[in-house]
Amino acid sequence: MSLTIEKPGILTTIQDLGRTRYRRFGINPGGVMDRTAVRSINILLGNDENEAVLEMHFPAAQIQFGSDVIFALGGAEFGAELDGVPVETWRPVFAAANSRLSFGRKNSGSRTYLAVKGGFKLEHWLESASTNLAAVTGGFEGRKLMTGDRLEPRQSYEKPPRNIFHVRISPSLLPLYSSFPTVRIIAGAEFERLSAASQVLLKDQDFLISNASDRMGFRLLGKPISLAKPLELLSSAVDFGTIQLLPDGQLTVLMADHQTTGGYPRLAHVISRDLPLLAQLCANDKVAFHLVDATHAEELALEFERDLDLLRVGCQYNRR
Amino acid sequence: MRIFPLGDSALTVEFGNAISPELNRKAIALADHIEKNPFPGLVESVPAYASTTIFFDLLKVRRSFAEYPTAFEAVKKCVRDLIADLAVSPNIDPRLVEIPVAFDRKSDFDLGYIAEEHGLTIDEVIEIFKSKTYRVYMLGFLPGFSYMGEVDERIATPRKQTPRTLVPKGSIGIAGRQTGIYSLASPGGWQIIGRTEVEMFTPDAARPTYLQAGDEVRFVSV
Repeated sequence: MSLTIEKPGILTTIQDLGRTRYRRFGINPGGVMDRTAVRSINILLGNDENEAVLEMHFPAAQIQFGSDVIFALGGAEFGAELDGVPVETWRPVFAAANSRLSFGRKNSGSRTYLAVKGGFKLEHWLESASTNLAAVTGGFEGRKLMTGDRLEPRQSYEKPPRNIFHVRISPSLLPLYSSFPTVRIIAGAEFERLSAASQVLLKDQDFLISNASDRMGFRLLGKPISLAKPLELLSSAVDFGTIQLLPDGQLTVLMADHQTTGGYPRLAHVISRDLPLLAQLCANDKVAFHLVDATHAEELALEFERDLDLLRVGCQYNRR
Repeated sequence: MRIFPLGDSALTVEFGNAISPELNRKAIALADHIEKNPFPGLVESVPAYASTTIFFDLLKVRRSFAEYPTAFEAVKKCVRDLIADLAVSPNIDPRLVEIPVAFDRKSDFDLGYIAEEHGLTIDEVIEIFKSKTYRVYMLGFLPGFSYMGEVDERIATPRKQTPRTLVPKGSIGIAGRQTGIYSLASPGGWQIIGRTEVEMFTPDAARPTYLQAGDEVRFVSV
């Protein structure tokens, strides 16, 4: 009973919601890029939200199911097919033993997630199953998945449980993915140090995602931004979503595999509610920023948590 | 002292903007104090040169501190109370760690360049480097990478203009008045002077990093 990777895809890794509590040792949290997608599909399957999933980029992996498995896909839409039959994202799907999951084309987003009901059998490193590619540890042997790798689900089914398939996710919960989203930000510690013209440039221009972007960070290309006066900063902690100003006047947004500390000016932070919109972008997509206040960012995060609670309750009710 | 949000799930307490043992002791003491006296919703605290960042679970904080308008305000209040306690807590003696180094006298790394830049011999650079005790101010950049200081002015050398694409694991480098040990093979721009066999990062160990913020380090020749 296993999932076998028949084709590895360009970058398929095991991730969960990340490795907290070790930043002070320089160990970054890592974890999935799109937390909303992963929390949602894990809830749909009745899993713990933090259950490890496959994060796949395009082209994605081709996977053979060695036993009956219930899975769900979320995040990017890569034209998934199970033995040639299209598979919907955001709902539980039954895969019979010996069926094959493949992905045909990139319709929207850049990272798709596969969760299996009950999760995978994996060893955890520092309380997390996230792959740390730089440290070659965590996840599956600390590396991306390759042809022939086998993943063991914890559960198998003689026949599929009936009720799970009634579950649907409310459209209001789904992130409005776009290749040119407007992402809300709050001001960072050095925002006020920007020249007045640069404050406007941060808020009013469109940025291109450069091809030097990866899970560590997105390099943004736009009209150069500058501080009113030069500033030397000491390194201090940074986070997923921190927007830093580089010496060349361009911006970088730290993503899931960001380093724990940085010394560049922190101009702004993408609010956690909108991080998934950014996390689904890739090179040559565009993004615009909209400044909101920190209180509003918190309200939006709480609103989302309430929506997830409703989904959780709905799923539990359905399974009874 | 300044307290500001680092996004919607963290805040940073900045004690100053200088590399000084005094500010760093405050940062580490606050981080330790918070870990020992966690408020509901604390995720982790991260000391840096002169600041401490506190990561929190927004939802848990809001549920536990409903009387505050925002999680940021609630955590700020908790942190201020903890800082007030801190004023009376004594400093703990640092742990002294000796690290054996093979200095790179012949390789194409940067010991020769540093000597040339400062009009010294390679042996003089090594002696000046070894003569100091360095404070581990913080870990960051890579798992287990230590930011230490201060390197003697006579051998302080800025980062390379173009970083190397691969610095071997265990390399010891200088960047201005900082020194540090590459815990993993990585791209990097520090001026490399030698290498240690000591594992700075052991993923499977209970404590995965050899050094911790607040430790003191002496380098000895192998």
